[in-house]
Amino acid sequence: MSARTSSFRAFEAILAKDLRVELRTLQSVPAMVLFAVTTFVLFRYGLDRSALSGSLAAGVLLATVLFAAILAINRLFVAERDEGGFDAIRLAPVDGTALLAAKATALVVYLLVLEAIALPVFGVFFLDSWAGLAPLAGVLALVDLGLAATGVLVSAIAANTRARDLLVPLVLLPLLVPVMIAAGGAAEPLLAAGGPSYDGIAKWLAILALYDVTFLLVGYAVYDFLLED
Amino acid sequence: MKVPSLRAQAAATVAVLAAGFALVFFYAPLDTEGFIQKIFYLHVPLAICSLAGFVVAGIHAIRHLRSGDAVHDARSYVSIHLSVIFGIAVLVTGSIWARAEWGKWWVWDEPTLVSFLIVFLLYATYYPLRYAIEDRERQARYASVFAITAGAFVPLNFLAVRLAEPLIHPRTFSSAGGLPGSMLLTFVVCLAGMALLWLSLVRFELAAKSASARLSRLRRALEGEAYAPPTSGSRIAPGVPSRTASASWMSDPTTPRI
Amino acid sequence: MPALPLDEAGKYVAAAYVVFVALILAYVAIMAAKLERIERELGELAELAEQKSARGGGSDV
Repeated sequence: MSARTSSFRAFEAILAKDLRVELRTLQSVPAMVLFAVTTFVLFRYGLDRSALSGSLAAGVLLATVLFAAILAINRLFVAERDEGGFDAIRLAPVDGTALLAAKATALVVYLLVLEAIALPVFGVFFLDSWAGLAPLAGVLALVDLGLAATGVLVSAIAANTRARDLLVPLVLLPLLVPVMIAAGGAAEPLLAAGGPSYDGIAKWLAILALYDVTFLLVGYAVYDFLLED
Repeated sequence: MKVPSLRAQAAATVAVLAAGFALVFFYAPLDTEGFIQKIFYLHVPLAICSLAGFVVAGIHAIRHLRSGDAVHDARSYVSIHLSVIFGIAVLVTGSIWARAEWGKWWVWDEPTLVSFLIVFLLYATYYPLRYAIEDRERQARYASVFAITAGAFVPLNFLAVRLAEPLIHPRTFSSAGGLPGSMLLTFVVCLAGMALLWLSLVRFELAAKSASARLSRLRRALEGEAYAPPTSGSRIAPGVPSRTASASWMSDPTTPRI
Repeated sequence: MPALPLDEAGKYVAAAYVVFVALILAYVAIMAAKLERIERELGELAELAEQKSARGGGSDV
């Protein structure tokens, strides 16, 4: 169907544009990485620990990733708002969800790059054994989807408001509490001092998946209303 | 379905709530928790009504997005507003209960209380969100999107928090397989009373907003400014200065119903 | 958890119910203030309407 292919092409075009712009201007990802590494250092001194395991390690890592994500989420729609990207989507005979999907995918890409760097750094700084990091990356992939689903929604709402940079963290953080709970629950046994264990991890992964699906669906359902004039 | 008058509904609220409290103190038996357990009849109905109120607000928000009628936006706003106020009551009574039961003003292993805190924190952002958007229509639309998103969040949040806590503390409902009949009756009456209270306060608040809006329109008409009567949609004729935020709501001049 | 003695427990229960009643009364007070403002505005508008009809001009109400 031509409508679907044109939506997909729009999705591809917007995604390619965003990634190209990010590559050229390096606005979000380097800031996220720098923020994450600095935050690790802060935690090292704030907690007065140089080795972490179990729930403490999970908490430090996840909180850092969450806050770093907010940096990127704040900037997701700035260009669209400043340069009329919203109008362009409205005028084009394309589903608004193409914009949503493209932004969400771009955010996931940024987060994956962040994690590719931050996880090893975290391991070097705090972990005695790196065995848990590989399955942890899988958990983080689900977290990234959740961050993208709610982040895009909140960012789109806040893009047109006055206190945009304040509103995004304010509204987003409570929404991310279940992600933190579930990811923390899954990461804690993976980062346990004696080596990774998979005890009870299934239910946490299920919650993460449920969260992701729920908010992707909600975003899909309401997005057109965010794009209206 | 014919909606009862606000007066009748308010009278019913007083009657049922008074009956409920009478049952609490004169009829319901004590259990192993002692007299402290009486707080349960206040705290839990408040919590249930508050959460239901958030879901109702989400439903109104869906209707608002589908119809564009500002009436639903007003109902959504007021529903959230009252549920947040009920939420404050839930947190305070829950804290008092925690202090009486476990000696601390807050406990992290009471999952319902913690979930409630998170939900409350989320809905508290509704106000800064609304006031950060100047354009009335966009404000209403974005608020509706928020109400729907947050409504979907509530059950997920409860699930997550519940799973996070090992159930050390006895849950009033699941202990010993449920409440004995007399306690159940008391609880149900209190729940009905709180629900009626919520509904009455919502109607009360909507009526006040409607009266304010109509007054504004009347004032504008009398003072002779360029004025076109608003249609049943959410738009006011362009170029008309809006004095109060409530002027855009309740464009339907008939008595508001929930 | 052993049950608290009645006099101690009573205070906590009373506190909880007092909070509830206080919130409701606060709400009633705020609503009363709103109503007062509405009545005042209504009075002003009624005066305005009377002035207009006294002047013999029609209003577009």
